[in-house]
Amino acid sequence: MKKLIGCIIAIIALMSFQPSPKKTVPAKSKPVAILPPPVTGMKATMDRGKLIYLKQCLACHQVDGGGVPHLNAPLDAATQVVNNNKERLIKIVLKGMTESVELDGEYYSNKMAPHTDLTDQEIADVLTYVRNSWTNKASAVTPAEVKAVRLKIK
Amino acid sequence: MKKTFPVLSVLLLGLGISAGAQNVGDNLGSHNENAGGSGKAAKIVAVVPDADNANLKLPAGFGALRVAEGLGKARHIAVTPQGDIYIKVNGKVAEGKGILKLHDTNGDGKSDETTGLANYGGTGIVVKNGYLYASSDDDVYRYKLDAKGDVIDPKGEKIIYGLLNKHHHESKSIALDNAGNIYVNIGAFTNSCQENPGLHSKGKMPCNILDSAGGIWQFKADKLNQTYGDGVKFATGLRNVVGLDWNTQANQLFVMQHGRDDLHVLWPELFTERDNAEKPAECLYVLKKGDNAGFPYIYFDPELNKKMVAPEYGGDGKTEGSKEYIDPLVAFPAHMAPNALLFYTGNMFPAKYKNGAFIAFHGSWNRAPLPQEGYYVAFVPFENGRPSGKWEVFANNFSGKETGLTPRNADHRPCGLAQGPDGSLYVSDDQKGTIYRIIYNGK
Repeated sequence: MKKLIGCIIAIIALMSFQPSPKKTVPAKSKPVAILPPPVTGMKATMDRGKLIYLKQCLACHQVDGGGVPHLNAPLDAATQVVNNNKERLIKIVLKGMTESVELDGEYYSNKMAPHTDLTDQEIADVLTYVRNSWTNKASAVTPAEVKAVRLKIK
Repeated sequence: MKKTFPVLSVLLLGLGISAGAQNVGDNLGSHNENAGGSGKAAKIVAVVPDADNANLKLPAGFGALRVAEGLGKARHIAVTPQGDIYIKVNGKVAEGKGILKLHDTNGDGKSDETTGLANYGGTGIVVKNGYLYASSDDDVYRYKLDAKGDVIDPKGEKIIYGLLNKHHHESKSIALDNAGNIYVNIGAFTNSCQENPGLHSKGKMPCNILDSAGGIWQFKADKLNQTYGDGVKFATGLRNVVGLDWNTQANQLFVMQHGRDDLHVLWPELFTERDNAEKPAECLYVLKKGDNAGFPYIYFDPELNKKMVAPEYGGDGKTEGSKEYIDPLVAFPAHMAPNALLFYTGNMFPAKYKNGAFIAFHGSWNRAPLPQEGYYVAFVPFENGRPSGKWEVFANNFSGKETGLTPRNADHRPCGLAQGPDGSLYVSDDQKGTIYRIIYNGK
C-alpha cells in the first residue's frame, strides 16, 4: 500500500516536472498561497486537486483510481489511502515508492518517482482529491501537514 | 500453453460420444469424422457456441462458448490430446489449486469437472511429449501424464529452480522445441534500467540486470534441478516476454516483447502523451541463439519503423539505435501487453489461419489519457514460418466496454491461448477466470 500511495505520489512527483503554467515557481507560487481554508474551500481544493491528478497521477493510477492489477496500486477503495495515516501518504508522494509491497494479497510492482517539486499546497490538494474521489471519503490533507512531513524527512 | 500433441482429430469421450464439434469441422473435412457416432443417435452432443458467442466479436463463421468461469487469475492454458484443459492459476492459490484441470464429461464443450494440483501461483503451462510443464515465478516443474492425460504424481519434478523473481515482470513463461529444450522468459525487473525512478534518470550503463534477466534462457526439458549455470542465455535485450511459442515450420522460437513505458511521463520535453501511447512498439521477434533485441538501449518506433535510442541512453526520439540489435517481424501499437503467442496448426479454421500466429493482448494501461487498447486476440498470417500479411483483430470485446475502458473495469482480459485437438482455439482470462473456446462453423 505504501506503494500505492507511493505510486500516486510518484506520479505526481514525476509529472510535476512538466512545463506547466501554474507550476513555474515550485516553492511559493502566489495563486496557491491564497488557498481558502479547507471547510469553505473544499470545492476549490477538489478542482485543483483534480487537475494535478490528471497531470501527475492518471497515467498509472487511471481515471477511475482503479490502478492496474499487479502493477500500479489502486487508490479507490483502498483503506490505506483513506485511513488516518496521512503522513504515510504524504511521504510516499514526497519520496516515491521503489519497493514492491503487498497490498490486500496483491503485489504492485511498478516504481513510483518522488514528487518533491510539487508544492505543499499541490500535494495537499491532490491527496485531498484522491481521498474524496470515486468511492473514497476521508478528511482533507492540509498544506501544513505536508510541510511538517517534508521537514521531517529532509 | 500452446502446443498440444499432434493430434487426434476427433475427441472421443467415454462411450463413443463424439465431443468434437462435428458441426464445426465437417465442412472443412478436417475430421476423420464422426467417431462412429452418427448411427448411435441420442448420445452425440455437439459443441455449439453460446447464444451470445460468449459476448465476443468474431469474424464471420466463428462462434465462441464459455467453457468455464470464475477460475481466478487464469494465466496460460494447455489442452491435452484428449481435450482436457490445464490452467495455470496465478496469485495466492489455495492448496492444490495452482493448476486446474477441466474435463468435459458429456461432450458439449462445457467443463463438468474441475480438479487441481500444485500449491504455487505462476503463469507458464505447456503439454508436450507426455508431460505437463508448469512454472511458478521462480521455478519450472514437470508432471508425467498417463494415457488419459492425467497427472500421475502431483508432486511432480522440479526441472529448473532459483530464477530471478523481484515481483516485477516475474512471469516465467515457457515454450518447448522439438529437440528436448525448454525456453524460459526471465523478465527485466525495470522499465528502462534507470538509475532512479524519477524524471530524466539516466539508464545504467551497462544495464547490469541483463546478466540474469531481460532475456530468454534455454534449459533441458528432461533434466532435473537446473538453474542459471546449467542453462544458456539464448537471447537477451528482451524487456519482458510473456507470450512465446515454438514455430515448427521455421523450427525457431518466436516471442512477443512487452515494450517500455512512460516515454512522456519520464521525458515530457521529448515525448508527447501521444508519442507515449503509440511509439514504443510491442514487438514480435524470431530468435536465434545469441540474438540481442536491444532493451533497454533502444525501443522500436512503429511509425518511423526504426530502432530508436532510448532517452535514458541519450535518445531524443529522433536518434536511430544501433544496427547490432535485431529487428522485429511485426511491430504492434504500444502498451497492448501481448501475454500469449500461439501458432495455429489445426484444421478447423479456414486455410488462411493455418500456421499463422494468434496473439492475446492483455490490454493497455500506459496509453492514458488516450483511450486504452488491446484486450483482444489478434492474428498474423504466416507462410513458411514468416509473417505474410498484415495483422488483424481476431476476437474482440473481452473488455465489454465501448468507452471509458480501464484495466480495472474491463470485464475480461485475454491472457493465455491453446489449441484443442479438434482445432478449437482456447483463450483464458485472468481478470475473472473465464475460459473461452472459439470454433469455426462457417460454411
